[in-house]
Amino acid sequence: MALFVNGALVGEDAWTPAPADGPIPADRPVIVGKARFLAERDSLASRNAPLGLRLEAGEDLDGLEADIGRFALVVVRFPKYTDGRGYSLARLLRERHGFTGELRATGDVLRDQIPYMRRCGFDSFEITHEPTVRALAEGRVRGVSHHYQPSAVPERTAGLRWRRVSAG
Amino acid sequence: MYRYDEFDRAFVNERVAEFSDQVSRRLSGELSEDQFKPLRLMNGVYLQLHAYMLRIAIPYGTLSSRQLRKLSFIARTYDRGWGHFTTRQNLQFNWISLKDVPEILQHLADVEMHAIQTSGNCIRNVTADHFAGAAADEVADPRPYAEILRQWSSLHPEFTFLPRKFKLAVTGAPNDRAAIQVHDIGLELKRDAAGATGFAVWVGGGQGRTPMIAKKVRDFLPESELLAYCTAILRVYNLYGRRDNKFKARIKILVHETGIEELKRDIEAEYEALRAENLELAVPAEEVERIGRYFAPPAFETRPAVSTVLERARLLDPDLAAFVERNLTAHKQPGYAALTISLKGIGLPPGDATAEQMEVVADLAERYSFDEARVSHEQNLVLPHVRLDDVPAVFAALKAAGLGTANAGLVTDIIACPGLDFCALANARSIPVAQRLSERFGSPARQREIGDLKLKISGCINACGHHHVGHIGILGVERKGEEFYQITLGGSADQSCSIGEIVGKGFSSDEIVDAVETVVDTYIRLRTSPQETFIEAFRRLGEAPFREALYAEAV
Repeated sequence: MALFVNGALVGEDAWTPAPADGPIPADRPVIVGKARFLAERDSLASRNAPLGLRLEAGEDLDGLEADIGRFALVVVRFPKYTDGRGYSLARLLRERHGFTGELRATGDVLRDQIPYMRRCGFDSFEITHEPTVRALAEGRVRGVSHHYQPSAVPERTAGLRWRRVSAG
Repeated sequence: MYRYDEFDRAFVNERVAEFSDQVSRRLSGELSEDQFKPLRLMNGVYLQLHAYMLRIAIPYGTLSSRQLRKLSFIARTYDRGWGHFTTRQNLQFNWISLKDVPEILQHLADVEMHAIQTSGNCIRNVTADHFAGAAADEVADPRPYAEILRQWSSLHPEFTFLPRKFKLAVTGAPNDRAAIQVHDIGLELKRDAAGATGFAVWVGGGQGRTPMIAKKVRDFLPESELLAYCTAILRVYNLYGRRDNKFKARIKILVHETGIEELKRDIEAEYEALRAENLELAVPAEEVERIGRYFAPPAFETRPAVSTVLERARLLDPDLAAFVERNLTAHKQPGYAALTISLKGIGLPPGDATAEQMEVVADLAERYSFDEARVSHEQNLVLPHVRLDDVPAVFAALKAAGLGTANAGLVTDIIACPGLDFCALANARSIPVAQRLSERFGSPARQREIGDLKLKISGCINACGHHHVGHIGILGVERKGEEFYQITLGGSADQSCSIGEIVGKGFSSDEIVDAVETVVDTYIRLRTSPQETFIEAFRRLGEAPFREALYAEAV
């Protein structure tokens, strides 16, 4: 398992998942699931330490719209890399709900999908697939840098309306 | 035609490099077949029964002679000397080595072609009326919009891992030749009372094992809203389309299970939100105009509507007369016609063309049709802009190349999928059945007597041969190791779209040709006049007389 945030390998993840039972620790960055957050929303309101949200496959943002600003991290799980729901969730978080925190892809995250994920607003990747870890560490994950549509991230416009060029 | 600029070229070259790298990682074992599969599919590479198949995108079916010659070169160099034109206006090569694919893609890139998104669970190659820019009944040319959609959907970051494949089709004429009502999104170009251009939008059509006719969600969507509205539909589908069962994953199932009214509300809400937050998705009139200039009408001459050269020649040559009667379509420019080149030679596999034939068509396109050829979803080729005076010469050249069959729209103009001869999904063979039916009805007099009739054959329930929308459809099934064929009647893919109904129990391979002939004879016996077409007669009579004729004999 390796974590890359904004392109850099992060040695140790500052975030820990909330314990399955027992109270949510108040003194360190903790990631909670959607159901738990909704159940404890009011008691979490007084919390000072950073709060992260984890969305499982199939969970959407319904009921969370007013709370997005409270999260410093949103983790979206890809159960299979062919499951593309997370791409739309990322765009909604970034473009509709103005989420500016860390947006992390986890689960079946593979090299050839990362360029698409980046354009949808993911800036953090939790990887188990070894060749992908190596490719990321060596800076070899580059997709096509010419695009025909606006995305969730700043890109250089290239003359005509929808055309964009990313750093590649 | 659309021409690449530096940006388009850079895009395709980068994509070739990316896919070449993916192929080499697969060949080295870094990628498992499982991990490679969706990547190769996104680039049109299938693993079929005997070999890899490469499907090449022909956006909205438009080709230049240079492109067609390149396809001919690829057929000769990397395949066995022929290619297969598909119902989505693409070209498939059936005998490709994976290691050659990067090289082939580079050849394609040299002529501004690619294989991007010709398969996989993404937005597929956008199709359009094969007579676009030529047909007399056209409201506006659909190709600029198809090109805008093609660009917008290319490597779209959000819509590359959809629940299932997603197909768009655009027609610019009220007579729908693009089968828009059996597409995931169907767009009909039209003008409002003020003369502004927009679209009727249809969602959720499709064939496969659960055929459904699309539902209309917008009667008039202004052209500027095209991308925002399509984005809204795709986003709703991507988030809520079923992913638990690949046979229930197309948007038609989401439409069916959610109900069109509720889904329409979801789409409209998403569209309103998108418009508010993403002004960049609006399609400005200047952009439509810029892209439209690539599709400006060629330099037509002012000519009389009737060509005395052609009229005289057809009196002398009955073969030419038959060809003119069936294979010419009225053109918006007087003195010209759109000319269908049948890839349905009697007894031959539908949709196949040899490398030599591709060369011949390329030469004819260059000399007689402003350098343009088209691929139709009915698996034929088209020369869109031929002077009527030139038709005799074009016909003579086609005939010499084995391409002069005068059967466009007749019973032998059969759509068929590759079937069990090639396809890993098929349950039964399609091509040999198509060949036998073609021979049975092959006599020119017999075909003419029958008149307009669409016969479509699929070798399995996935319905790539469009049997659901055939006036007569044939579906191959497998029972205890034997091939059987079910007959459906009454389907149609045009503006009066309908799904054919299975008429009764299936027929063996030996029986199926006779059974189709029984259906045809029943129609001829019961039609009010030769002017009443098969589909009109079927809609009047219902299936009962056909069922009786088919199954009474068996008792």
